[in-house]
Amino acid sequence: MGRYTVATVDEIPPGGRKIVELQGLSIGVFNIGGEFFAIRSACPHKGGPLCLGVVTGFVRADTPGRYEYLRCGEVIRCPWHGWEFDIKTGLSWIDPNRLRVKSYAVAVEEVTPAGQAAASHATELRDAGLIEGPYRAEVYPVTVDKATRLVTVEV
Amino acid sequence: MGTPASGKIRYQQGMPVVDTDVHVAVPSIAALYPYLSDHWHDYLVESGVRSLEVNTYPRGSDLSARPDARPDDPALPPGSTLEQVQGQLLEPWNVQRAIVHCDYGVHLLHNEDLAVAMARALNDWLADQWLSRDRRLCGSITVCTDRPEPAVAEIERLAGRPEFVQIALPARSQQPYGKRVYWPIYEAAERHDLVVAIYAGGGIGNPITAVGWPSLYLEDYVSFAQAFQAQLLSLVAEGVFVKYPRLKVVFIESGFTWIPSTMWRLDKNWKGLRREVPWIDRLPSEMIREHLRVTIQPLNAPVQVLDRVIEHLGGDTMLLFSTDYPHWQFEEPADAWPLALDAASLDRVLRESAIVTYGLDRRRPRPEGV
Repeated sequence: MGRYTVATVDEIPPGGRKIVELQGLSIGVFNIGGEFFAIRSACPHKGGPLCLGVVTGFVRADTPGRYEYLRCGEVIRCPWHGWEFDIKTGLSWIDPNRLRVKSYAVAVEEVTPAGQAAASHATELRDAGLIEGPYRAEVYPVTVDKATRLVTVEV
Repeated sequence: MGTPASGKIRYQQGMPVVDTDVHVAVPSIAALYPYLSDHWHDYLVESGVRSLEVNTYPRGSDLSARPDARPDDPALPPGSTLEQVQGQLLEPWNVQRAIVHCDYGVHLLHNEDLAVAMARALNDWLADQWLSRDRRLCGSITVCTDRPEPAVAEIERLAGRPEFVQIALPARSQQPYGKRVYWPIYEAAERHDLVVAIYAGGGIGNPITAVGWPSLYLEDYVSFAQAFQAQLLSLVAEGVFVKYPRLKVVFIESGFTWIPSTMWRLDKNWKGLRREVPWIDRLPSEMIREHLRVTIQPLNAPVQVLDRVIEHLGGDTMLLFSTDYPHWQFEEPADAWPLALDAASLDRVLRESAIVTYGLDRRRPRPEGV
């Protein structure tokens, strides 16, 4: 366990990313609208380099031909098989094996401010009609020191 | 009957069945004249149109008719008189209901107006000469698919008649059936609780394979599975089952042993390509199990692996008993369904799944004494 300074704020502009190796783990640090998120660059599906994937939004449709495009810049698609993950929470938003399970609670180990944010974020997405899957990429808390403008990841 | 130890029962001819794939044939083009206007009658005669009989099952091919289904009069095609069908199929096979279909080249006509007139005539002939004369028979509505409007008009014309239980589309088409140009047909079918049946037939425009026109009938015949697969992929991917959640599709004579591997491949690739088809909200294979049914002939798998095929399909509920009369798909009648099953499964395959799929108890109740 440790806290690592990985970048200055200027190094990772909004929409950008930086991939670093911490404690032998490849971790991608993303700037989404000025907020920073860190996610392990190992896809829980088959281990692909998740953080090298395309960052995009989430497409959903109530009916064929009508597209709703949500969460632009918050979804990363693994370059190996295209599976989609929410960068902020690491949750994959699709796994059909679990779609039959009607209730799928988001387990939050501690009710930290970060945990609360993740839970309410998940609720928002669920309300928008997205269905969670059980695959989850590892995420790590990221803090930014406003004075020094340094980005720190806790692994 | 079966082996008491296993508790499983083997099908024997004589057990009551619903035969979901029975081909009746037009004895000659003249049989349709009474159902055509003077204009179209004269047009056909003056143009020298002698027959629209298709060659999907050519008369010379052994496949085209079982020895016990050949007509007494060799000038007639098999299955062209009610007496033949009753004597060769309905009686000996204890058929409680037969879903009959007539493939008579309507889909091969380039003249859309003629095609529409022939489809109407064919449907009227079927109702008049078959469905009204034997209440075990349930009919298919032939429609043209060049444009959806005439097809929908024909569906609306006949939808109120309970003796028609499905709309019949040929597997070979101008475009994949999932495309939106065809959706008015599905809308009408769903609204009227009519099954959309896709049958081994057609032939206008496109080669049967994606690599061109094969040389041999063997290739042409076996390749029908490719056409069905393409239609299934299209229906699923385009979201037809999402847009029309009550729609039921029956594949007639498609074979079913290719379906599991198609479902696996479709499921797997959908996971990564989800964003292209965001309206698919569950495993494509689940969608297929819910909406697709298949008639069991041709039953290609050896009986030794048939139970595994059923396992791969996810159960027996997709399977609908059929003889594919008059085509020759099996030797002994008991070979029509060679796998012993428990009583409930056997009943589903032989009768119950078809009754549910077509709503037969409500729509076309079993006649007295059958």
